[in-house]
Amino acid sequence: MSQNTIQVDALESEAIFIFREVVAQFEKPVLLFSGGKDSITLVRLAQKAFYPAKIPFPLLHIDTGHNFPETIEFRDRLAKELGVELIVRNVQDNIDSGRVKEETGRYASRNMLQTETLLDAIEEFGFDACIGGARRDEEKARAKERIFSVRDDFGQWDEKNQRPEVFDMLNGKIDLGQNVRVFPISNWTELDVWSYIEQENIEIPSIYFAHKRKIFVRDGMIWSADDDVVFRDEEEEVVERMVRFRTVGDMSCTAAVLSDAVDIVKVVEEIRDSSISERGARIDDKRSEAAMEKRKQQGYF
Amino acid sequence: MKVLKIATAGSVDDGKSTLIGRILYDTKSLTDDKLEAIEEKSRQRGFDYLDFSLATDGLVAEREQGITIDVAHIYFSTPSKSFIIADTPGHIEYTRNMVTGASTAQASIVLIDARNGVVEQTYRHFFINNLLRIKDVVIAVNKMDLVDFSEEKFNAIKGEIEYLASKSEYKGQNLTFIPLSALKGDNVVDKSDNMEWYKGETLMHHLERLEPEDINDVSQTRFPVQTVIRPKTEEYHDYRGYAGKIYGGDFAVGDEVAVLPSETKSKIKSINFFDKEYQVAKRGSSVSITLEDNVNVSRGDMLVKVAEKPTIAKQLEATICWMDKEPLQASQKYYIKHGVNDAQAKITQLKSIIKTDFSGVEENPSALVLNQIGDIQLKLSKPLAFDAYSKNKSNGSFILIDPKTNNTVGVGFIK
Ligand SMILES: Nc1nc2c(ncn2[C@@H]2O[C@H](COP(=O)(O)OP(=O)(O)OP(=O)(O)O)[C@@H](O)[C@H]2O)c(=O)[nH]1
Ligand SMILES: [Mg+2]
Repeated sequence: MSQNTIQVDALESEAIFIFREVVAQFEKPVLLFSGGKDSITLVRLAQKAFYPAKIPFPLLHIDTGHNFPETIEFRDRLAKELGVELIVRNVQDNIDSGRVKEETGRYASRNMLQTETLLDAIEEFGFDACIGGARRDEEKARAKERIFSVRDDFGQWDEKNQRPEVFDMLNGKIDLGQNVRVFPISNWTELDVWSYIEQENIEIPSIYFAHKRKIFVRDGMIWSADDDVVFRDEEEEVVERMVRFRTVGDMSCTAAVLSDAVDIVKVVEEIRDSSISERGARIDDKRSEAAMEKRKQQGYF
Repeated sequence: MKVLKIATAGSVDDGKSTLIGRILYDTKSLTDDKLEAIEEKSRQRGFDYLDFSLATDGLVAEREQGITIDVAHIYFSTPSKSFIIADTPGHIEYTRNMVTGASTAQASIVLIDARNGVVEQTYRHFFINNLLRIKDVVIAVNKMDLVDFSEEKFNAIKGEIEYLASKSEYKGQNLTFIPLSALKGDNVVDKSDNMEWYKGETLMHHLERLEPEDINDVSQTRFPVQTVIRPKTEEYHDYRGYAGKIYGGDFAVGDEVAVLPSETKSKIKSINFFDKEYQVAKRGSSVSITLEDNVNVSRGDMLVKVAEKPTIAKQLEATICWMDKEPLQASQKYYIKHGVNDAQAKITQLKSIIKTDFSGVEENPSALVLNQIGDIQLKLSKPLAFDAYSKNKSNGSFILIDPKTNNTVGVGFIK
């Protein structure tokens, strides 16, 4: 037992407050777990919010089939350790059944296809609140997102008609068929997340740290050549470099950065000095200026 | 590092988004990829300058119309401080989004187009800033480049705002006036060469000097219970943790507390945060508290120190800012959300509409329409434990929700 005074850091306190509101206001919440640092941070915050009880909702992973193997291994272990239910739904199933069509060519990605699988899962389980790790500093359409963001039957975001959200009062009242996307770490920056991971000593998948990898360079971006997920032209030369990933999404749309940051201390330093934004390495955002907004309107995370 | 939360305000096109883009640019907070995108888009549109509003206007409809529709939260830091700036819309139709951005801010920058001076939306936003009791307000007289950097124009606007401020009920506000050009960068981060007559600080210099502080600067203890944690495991068989965020004061183990609204008394047995126990927990902290006695506590109840009770009542009076197309009328029913507590509320009286230019009130109106501010009286389906907004922002505010649409339709400030 400690004699200390506790003053919980404002961002952490806010996130925990939001988690508790979700559990109090909704019947079937779920945490969208991608295996990335943001969703791992969410899991830690959820754990703190309800301790000593277990996390009172399942994790849902929409598996594109193109995930880094390290991520999958990590995901399974984490769920087991925490004793939470892990639900996995595969994009591949929708491709096989012909419900969605896979993109082909140079910039082919399964990123967009996740939306359909997610909406199916929401319907299958009747989830009324989906907790995600999106942050407002990531991208300028995300900067407009509420903490409780109401979606209709089709998962659509009505960005021009969002509910006012004043002080810390969260209105989770919805009609039948609607659901709410919840973003507990809305106000965190990338550096906040990394600093928290460092401070809390949270384990994250190894691909976030610098490692040797076979890569090729296209349009100034670094792509993994280790597997055949990313489309590569014959003439695109493969070399070996020290790289790490700043975001861990679908392999087909996540580029690496050259880095010597082999541990968390060095990663935090690197982020602090970086002149490129986090999503600068995401090809899915580079497709057009409005790429993120369009995806969100269609029910993306 | 501490975070300073700032909101912008002012009429449409007065330059709020441009100013934020300019701040990001001049403090080198725009990453290379974001700057490139702005340069390219500005070129495409045939501008001979960089359109900094592109840094924050993140929606397609906003870029098409050249206006801000919804609030964007922008994060950046300087060596001494972290900032969150809410870029709010000036358009009257989106006032609710301006309130969203301003409600959590400690400081506010009200922009005024030097050519147009104080206009209707300036009044409204300045009034809302006062209603919210935002402590530090900067009046940024913008587009000075378009009025030949005229000291006279600046002083005229300053005089008008000072007059308004003298009529405001809230006296704790610090007003600062800065002439600037968001587009050209005068007095934003760097001192202007065009306004020798201005001896004050640049905007950024001023913001850097503001001390971040808690918007709930109160001393009385308030702990609204969000949820009850019952692990249902052998190890924690009898554990009942009351989880919530402290809205005011500090709580310590051994404190004698009352559970509101029942006023049942007990003592704090333990304060937990994750896997550790603490003696004292401070305001703003999300913790769990256990009590000595097996009393009945559920979501929406509030723990306070026995000697620090707030008002417990089934009716209240408030100033309300209306945010819905359906007008508010006497005798209508709504859900009220007061912190984490829910009840039903009936409007027993619509007393007045407050004119946002501080020129008085209209007594006994028939309705309060979108964007209007008025005084009301509410009857509640159960007693709530509340404070005046001037005493505790978190425990003195509420929202009204329309049961037909589930939309948040008004925000109230308890008298
Ligand atoms: N000459 C000049 N033009 C400016 C200045 N600041 C902004 N502008 C221009 O004024 C127009 C409106 O600027 P915005 O930044 O979009 O205005 P806003 O206040 O964000 O508008 P809303 O968000 O719609 O309320 C743009 O064309 C800007 O380039 C300035 O200091 N000088
Ligand atoms: Mg704007």
